[in-house]
Amino acid sequence: MSYVTETLVAAQPAPPPPPKAWAAARISGTLLMLFWIAALAGLVFYLYTAWDIDKIERYGPKFLSGLQTTLTLVGISIALGAVLSLPVTLGRMSKNPVIGGLAFAYVYIFRGTPLIAQLFLIYYGLGSFREQLQAVGLWVFFRDAWNCALFAFTLNTAAYQAEILRGAIDSVPRGQWEGAEALGLNRIQTFWKIILPQALIVALRPYGNEIILMIKGSAIVALVTVFDLMGETRRAFSRTYDFQAYIWAAVFYFVMVEALRIVWERLEARLTRHLKR
Amino acid sequence: MDSYLTLLSFGDQGWSDEIAWGVLVTVTLALATLPVGLFIGFMIALGKQSEERSLRTAADIYTTIFRGLPELLTLFIVYYGLQIGIQLILKLVGLQGAIEINSFVAGVISLALVFSSYASEVFLSAFRAIPKGQYEGGYALGLRHGTVMKKIVLPQLIRIALPGLGNLWMILLKDTALVSAIGLTDILRQTGIAARVTKEAFLFFGIAFILYLVLALISSIALNRLEAQGKRGEQRQ
Amino acid sequence: MRFTKGLMAAAASLALTFGAAQAQDMMKLKIGTEGAYPPFNNLESDGSLVGFDIDIAKALCDEMKADCEFVTQDWDGIIPALLAGKFDAIIASMSITEERKEKVDFTNKYYNTPPAIAVPKDSDITEASDAGLSGRTIGAQSSTTHSNYAEEKLSSAELKLYPTPDEYKLDIASGRIDAVIDDVIVLSEWLKSDDGACCKLLATLPIDPVINGEGAGIALRKGEDELREKFNAAIEAIRANGTYKEINDKYFDVDVYGD
Repeated sequence: MSYVTETLVAAQPAPPPPPKAWAAARISGTLLMLFWIAALAGLVFYLYTAWDIDKIERYGPKFLSGLQTTLTLVGISIALGAVLSLPVTLGRMSKNPVIGGLAFAYVYIFRGTPLIAQLFLIYYGLGSFREQLQAVGLWVFFRDAWNCALFAFTLNTAAYQAEILRGAIDSVPRGQWEGAEALGLNRIQTFWKIILPQALIVALRPYGNEIILMIKGSAIVALVTVFDLMGETRRAFSRTYDFQAYIWAAVFYFVMVEALRIVWERLEARLTRHLKR
Repeated sequence: MDSYLTLLSFGDQGWSDEIAWGVLVTVTLALATLPVGLFIGFMIALGKQSEERSLRTAADIYTTIFRGLPELLTLFIVYYGLQIGIQLILKLVGLQGAIEINSFVAGVISLALVFSSYASEVFLSAFRAIPKGQYEGGYALGLRHGTVMKKIVLPQLIRIALPGLGNLWMILLKDTALVSAIGLTDILRQTGIAARVTKEAFLFFGIAFILYLVLALISSIALNRLEAQGKRGEQRQ
Repeated sequence: MRFTKGLMAAAASLALTFGAAQAQDMMKLKIGTEGAYPPFNNLESDGSLVGFDIDIAKALCDEMKADCEFVTQDWDGIIPALLAGKFDAIIASMSITEERKEKVDFTNKYYNTPPAIAVPKDSDITEASDAGLSGRTIGAQSSTTHSNYAEEKLSSAELKLYPTPDEYKLDIASGRIDAVIDDVIVLSEWLKSDDGACCKLLATLPIDPVINGEGAGIALRKGEDELREKFNAAIEAIRANGTYKEINDKYFDVDVYGD
């Protein structure tokens, strides 16, 4: 708006951005993207050439039923594990050395050993205690491989969920506890009404991770005669020796995990929308 | 009780030598995977924070794939598929000959693929924790990119990333148990064979359990020492 | 110029040695086997392979003047391993079926025995048929003709698949499954031993030529016709000169060759 800008110097468009140099990063980036695109194209091409309507008709429904088994197994074990994790968390946070020690041992053992070892111990190990279990009437439960898997998964996820919950509760500021005490609330009221809601927000992301890890970990039940998605895949491969069985399984698992991850991210964003500045 | 001791002895009658071999295979597998996984993870992390969008996307695709597939499935795909894939490529190029992918190599490759995708996330958050000023100070002193990375960034990076990487090491130790499914003679497979042959399933799988716990205990002691060593320069609050 | 001449000379000598190596008389063969299917092939605790299949394989290799090396491989992955080149032939009681012929070639059979079902001694199952096993659980080794048989002919029973016979033996002893189906010789040998004290043979089943195939043969990669002819000739030879009978009688009371 001065003499200079209006008459002497006319408005010019912004200078064009300099051409991007073909630096090492750009070359490697382009090459890698080309590699991924080629891999995807190769995958689609392989599935197209290996497409056999007989096999799809024969094994497709089995894959879907395996998928259902996986989801049911994971869903129930996560729910039961959540219920079991509450007393374990309280035990971990307890000042009592015996209870605290027991809870610590439980969590350490189930987080420190592989899930597959836990599953084998429960499935094969309890099998050798058949008479004792029959005497107590528990054999009916442990006879079925699905139940053994459910039991092993529940124990395992309860340990992880206990740690997640404990970390989340610890992350709630001390001031919240003190404020509740000042208001005259007792410990149980404080826990359920003040601390837990705030803790669950922090715990949301690790819980999502745990569900995803459980879905991926559930693949091992195929090794103890449960026909989940992985079990059906191995059965299909053992009859046809066609590698595409594993590729389809990979597609199923990948879609499941990604869908869950995206849904969970949306859920977290929605529940923490009051925290955004 | 006597029979249990016989079963657990070293030598022809006992299974302890087979199980000891299994421990050796497990530890070797984990130790072999570690450098490969760390290196690839570091490279992917560098790629993820690059200014070049194609590089970032390529790195993201890598981690999405290998964090989205079950480890057992990755193992089977590498074990059964990699051999077929290599043969196909060799045929396309016209070369003859057999490159054999044995179970150990398949195990190392698949475990390294999974380890590196999780490690890249740990490295990425560690990179973000290093102030930009460290890089700028290095450049102001006239050091090149590589020297800045090696002498200034890397020591701090390792210290920050250590807890996360320690966690991943514990997970790696547990994931090695999966290679029993492709015939590799690790702890779980050896105890499994012992359990099958002697019908003492609880004894031998219990031993496998204890062995994994011992490995985890040794690892956490070693990792605590490493972390304490790394923190020795920090001021006491 | 000197460099290229030297390079060509090196390449020529390499090609010559390659050709010379091909022309050597001792054929080297890698034989793949499972090692978990007694009495046909089994791994002893000291690591050595024993069994009917192993002895037959050694006899055939002697007949073909080949230097044979054994490689153990899990049953589930034995055909992929053959196709991937880990070994050159499978001698592991693999039945010749049309389904498998799509992936591999077979030699003529070297034995043929029917399937059978075993049950716990106190079992109330009377009939070895679809009706008799209705609602029960039956175990079999995965990727075998026996699991296919159970899937197709005994579909009213719930099928459980195991990686090796050892696992289904564990499960039937602990009562997790009500019956197992496998080769009659494998089950008989097991029932005779201490491990098999829990169970008894229910019945031998008739051989179904489509599901059970034409007997056990040697599997080779497709197109290896020369090797196949060599194996066939060797099988004929050991049948003719009595080696087969010798090995047969060492392990079994009956003639397993079948008709």
